[in-house]
Amino acid sequence: MSEKPGWKKIPVAGLIVDAGNAREYKTGDWRTQKPVIDRDLCTNCLTCWVNCPDSSIIVEEGKFKEFDYDHCKGCGICAGVCPKKAISMVSER
Amino acid sequence: MPSLKTLSAREERLSPGHRLCAGCGASVAVRQILMSTELPVVVAASTGCLEVATTIYPYSAWKVPFIHNAFENSAATITGVESMYRALKKRGRLDQDKKIKFIAFGGDGGTYDIGLQALSGALERGHDFTYVCYDNEAYMNTGIQRSSATPIGANTTTSPCGDEIPGKRDYKKNLTHIVVAHDVPYAAQATPSYYMDLINKAQKAIETDGPTFLNVLSPCPRGWRADATKFRELGQTAVATCLWPLYEVVDGKYVLNGMSKRIADGKAEKKPLVDWLSMQGRFKHLFADEKGKAIIENAQKKVDRDWEKIKALASI
Amino acid sequence: MTMVKPLNGDDSAAYGMMQIDPDVVAAYPITPQTELMQNFAQFHADGRVQTELITVESEHSAMSACVGASAAGGRVMTATSSQGLALMWEILYIASSYRLPIAMNVINRTLSGPINIHCDHSDTMGARDSGWIQIYGENPQEAYDNTIQAVRIAEHMDLRLPVMCMQDGFITSHAVERVELLDDDVVKDFVGGFTPTYPLLDLDNPVTYGPLDLYDYFFEHKMQQIDAMSRAEKVVREIGKEFGEISGRSYAMLEPFGMEDAETAIIVLSSTAGTTRSTVSDLRSKGRKVGMIKVRGFRPFPQEELISLLDDVKVIAVLDRSDGLGAYGAPVFTEVRNALYDEGHKPEIVNYVFGLGGRDIGKKDIVTVFDDLDKIISSGEVKRRMRYLGVRE
Repeated sequence: MSEKPGWKKIPVAGLIVDAGNAREYKTGDWRTQKPVIDRDLCTNCLTCWVNCPDSSIIVEEGKFKEFDYDHCKGCGICAGVCPKKAISMVSER
Repeated sequence: MPSLKTLSAREERLSPGHRLCAGCGASVAVRQILMSTELPVVVAASTGCLEVATTIYPYSAWKVPFIHNAFENSAATITGVESMYRALKKRGRLDQDKKIKFIAFGGDGGTYDIGLQALSGALERGHDFTYVCYDNEAYMNTGIQRSSATPIGANTTTSPCGDEIPGKRDYKKNLTHIVVAHDVPYAAQATPSYYMDLINKAQKAIETDGPTFLNVLSPCPRGWRADATKFRELGQTAVATCLWPLYEVVDGKYVLNGMSKRIADGKAEKKPLVDWLSMQGRFKHLFADEKGKAIIENAQKKVDRDWEKIKALASI
Repeated sequence: MTMVKPLNGDDSAAYGMMQIDPDVVAAYPITPQTELMQNFAQFHADGRVQTELITVESEHSAMSACVGASAAGGRVMTATSSQGLALMWEILYIASSYRLPIAMNVINRTLSGPINIHCDHSDTMGARDSGWIQIYGENPQEAYDNTIQAVRIAEHMDLRLPVMCMQDGFITSHAVERVELLDDDVVKDFVGGFTPTYPLLDLDNPVTYGPLDLYDYFFEHKMQQIDAMSRAEKVVREIGKEFGEISGRSYAMLEPFGMEDAETAIIVLSSTAGTTRSTVSDLRSKGRKVGMIKVRGFRPFPQEELISLLDDVKVIAVLDRSDGLGAYGAPVFTEVRNALYDEGHKPEIVNYVFGLGGRDIGKKDIVTVFDDLDKIISSGEVKRRMRYLGVRE
């Protein structure tokens, strides 16, 4: 485990100057089930993307690209909202 | 109203890696709100689930400027930021054509209760900002304590169902009406299950000049003892029972939206309150005995009364 | 060209604020600060300042808005008293730990209860650990001078800590005295422009203020604040000296009078220092070896300088206009006694709590204090260390 920096080395006042660096924290290991997509059923409606609490559905050029498994917490909302039932939650236990 | 495809091309303003619960309705709502406008925003948030879980030092999920001050004062804090913006523009220390919008986020605890004063003051003074209340119906961050937004009969840790008392004894306060009484240019109720409605309202709220307000019912699977995968059904049932009608108040005029409008026009069925209550463990005890049944009946009557009132207001 | 006007402390502080023309002021009325804000509001309404004035709905929101405005990246000022300061208490700590250079006038008024609108120092003494720099002004002239210096002290790049300037409620705030006002340009030059650090309005460098700072980092952030406060004395002196160059009135942390050969001395803050100085002057003209030290800068506490002034003093009376209930002595007394603990020469120190809730204190009372101190010397004993001056038994 790396040594944490001392008070002389960090920005004052608890300021976080690297905006959005939470991305470095991998919440993907919270999961007990993971979403899996059936691309044949997916129509790229992006309903899953707009409902994901963790910005963990990657969309490129208006199309579903992939799940961000580094961050996906396996909540299952995407599977629940998909109108084509293209997403299933698979146990990772 | 931009399509999801257009919205998906915008930069995500809330990064992944925040530590809100899996399936948190608040994070869905906040994402949808932040993507609704292309204008740059500065955000203030009250102490609560959203603020705490998105800014655990040294990590921040906010890709926009963000300030957390204390629990009850995100509205006061944002008016300070907004005033400085106007001050600096006036003095030529900020680009004249730069248009920045200001958003304050607070939970129901930090808004309906302890934050009500600051909200009221900010609305009355007419600052150009949007206040978003992510209403998950209790003080969730500290472990599910009742707030004035907690529905009647709900089991929370400070209004527990016990041998004598069956959960919260008071009705949910109507904050949206209180805000509307301040004569704001725009106020609305929404929920992320109807995402196009929420995004549309968020854009209107943010891009309208003056003080605007969004009250967003945000399902909390943990605190409501509900299934996170039933996220969409939870929000939609709240609307279908008319417990949480979708409406806007634009310059004082009430307008029903979406499913709520369809129900008011007789084009869709108004569902009974039990449909909503039976989805959540926090109401389970109400189904166990006569005392609980009576509470459900009274709660249904209150929903019906409030719904008639909203319909009447929308027909003015 | 300097102007001379008859002004009370509320007027003179407000005038100073006007000349500074801060970017944002967020304030709420409370006696005896009210006239200060009324004056400023009139300046605002007459277009004499460009300030964005936020007339908030409580002092808690006043300081909250100040925090937001200051973090946004501009010069922020406010003013309050007593219950107002108490109401903003939680935000004071936040303002300081976020390193926001807010300047605030506090018109000292006692904390309730029961309610009393008159002067004592219980309000600001209650905030002495909040991380704000605390400077006490004796009269309307100092109220004006301190207001102008406060901005420079707070915004100093070695500091970035908020500053509160005090004056006695009613005694100073509502009493008209002769005040020398500097030229608008001179003040503008002295305070200079505002240099933002980590402003929220810098969209190109988005920053997060106020994260959840757990036990793995909080202590480090506090150390930074403690470290900054350790530089505060130097900055207060530096600015006080620089102010002397533009006005002819320089300021430091302590103001001794008659200490060259004093055997007995009074240490006191604020307006009562004026009463004391006048008494000391009278007594010295009669040959008594008395002296006094006015404490201007209370936070940080100027321990070293204080010790150096007390070399030959035999007995000191520390006059406190507030008490520390349950503490061994009132706030100023505990600072003084603590400062002297390691010294070889330790004068006898007694504490007089006086003036609570605006109970008046006059020259006669000061004379009795010096008489008491003489008795201690002649008898060789301190019968009571904690004394209460002017209360009926």
